Amino acid sequence: MKLPVAMEHRDFSTIENIELELLLQAVFLQYGYDFRNYSRAHVKRRVKHQMVQEGVKSISELQDKILHDRNNFERLVRTLSINVTEMFRNPEFYRSVRENVLPILKTYPYLKIWHAGCASGEEVYSFAIMLKEEGLLERTQIYATDFNPDVIQQAGKGIFSIRNIKEYTTNYQKAGGKESFSDYYHANDELVIFDKNLKKNIVFAEHNLVTDGVFAEVNMIVCRNVLIYFNRNLQNEVLKLLHKSLITGGFLALGTKESLMFSDEEKKYKTVDAKQKIFKKKHD
Amino acid sequence: MTEKWKIKAVVVGASAGGLVALKKLLPALPATFPCPVLIVQHMSPQSDNYMTRMFNNLSPLLVKEVDEKEVILPGRVYIAPPDYHLLVESDGTLSLSMEEKVNYSRPSIDVLFETAADVYGAHLMGIILTGANADGANGLFAVKRKGGLTVVQHPDDAESPAMPRAAIERVKPHKVLTLDEIIELLSQSKVCL
Ligand SMILES: C[S@@+](CC[C@H](N)C(=O)[O-])C[C@H]1O[C@@H](n2cnc3c(N)ncnc32)[C@H](O)[C@@H]1O
Repeated sequence: MKLPVAMEHRDFSTIENIELELLLQAVFLQYGYDFRNYSRAHVKRRVKHQMVQEGVKSISELQDKILHDRNNFERLVRTLSINVTEMFRNPEFYRSVRENVLPILKTYPYLKIWHAGCASGEEVYSFAIMLKEEGLLERTQIYATDFNPDVIQQAGKGIFSIRNIKEYTTNYQKAGGKESFSDYYHANDELVIFDKNLKKNIVFAEHNLVTDGVFAEVNMIVCRNVLIYFNRNLQNEVLKLLHKSLITGGFLALGTKESLMFSDEEKKYKTVDAKQKIFKKKHD
Repeated sequence: MTEKWKIKAVVVGASAGGLVALKKLLPALPATFPCPVLIVQHMSPQSDNYMTRMFNNLSPLLVKEVDEKEVILPGRVYIAPPDYHLLVESDGTLSLSMEEKVNYSRPSIDVLFETAADVYGAHLMGIILTGANADGANGLFAVKRKGGLTVVQHPDDAESPAMPRAAIERVKPHKVLTLDEIIELLSQSKVCL
């Protein structure tokens, strides 16, 4: 049997794998969300997870539910979008941005930074704090986007659970924070509410990296721990989109475990920090 | 008895005590070992790649921390990075994920074993070594269900017996062996293709 090129490397040796392919096709046709080139092993695990939760025995049964009830589809999006995040996650990364990127960004009178796949916003507020301490926040426009509407709404609020604040405070200090972290929020028993001034220049919006186009032309893109959920082809496609969205000399920051290594895009960047995955766009 | 298996990949799960066990196991593998070895060793999310570098120095095989989406090659030992799950893709590449912890662990042995079982089916050998929790039991069960060879370190031989015990109870594995016997099994040229 001859398969379309994009499907050649997939394994349809089991009924389950065929059902999974059909589910993803169905979701794309009905709802426009394209998970067909997400990491298949990841998608399969998550779909099985949802099967257990909905009490169905096969992926076909789940497909039936998802096609006929939008709520079930929305649950699928939530299941597939892994929103795990932290403030000042990988403090050494923030330190490197402070040392290697911000001094160059300071030479611009006006800046745009795009957080693609920002989840519930912890990363965005971390950047806002760092930019403030470096005297850049006032002249920076920040775009914070994700394809999951729930998390974008959460991000816009800037309210987080107090549970992790100790860890975030340590991260902040390790990241080279200059003030006292608690100056940036008010806390009650359960929640920490971040200073409204931090989000004055942040626009929160839904954006799907797979199906939507260039979002804006920016000086820096922070797209951390998003590409890992895509297969190599899709990573390449999305990296092309990110490249188009950067000005010449603009910076791309990926997650610690992500790289341009397997991508055609590699030669279009100069490495700023190989360990922290910070790259600088060369001339077009 | 192992003749009927034609193993193409080996997955190993270890937790408390695993460092010592792997330090013995990895250097004992021959330089000509014909399968890829994929390892989840529980560790703190903050740990650096010290362990991987040490194994690499001691082992005749190349031991490395997984790079996201790298192609699996025979005769290499791949270690899951701290704080990420490791998954095997059907196109022969490796994925990482930061989805929530499974069995309080990230990386989780279950995640690696289940995705590997899906891809390698009957051509997979799963090995559960020493550990103080129950991660890996479901994963090894998946390996067995798909027809793979299941091996558990003997609880009396393990620094922490809980993980081997949980796996033995859940899976009824094909073999319960001491670490030395596991090394011997792996060194048999017939097991791996
Ligand atoms: C693990 S979080 C990363 C959060 C943050 N950048 C960090 O590193 O801590 C991954 C995010 O990517 C988002 N995502 C997944 N697919 C996406 C897509 N096609 N377009 C936009 N965002 C996507 C998910 O909704 C999720 O919030």
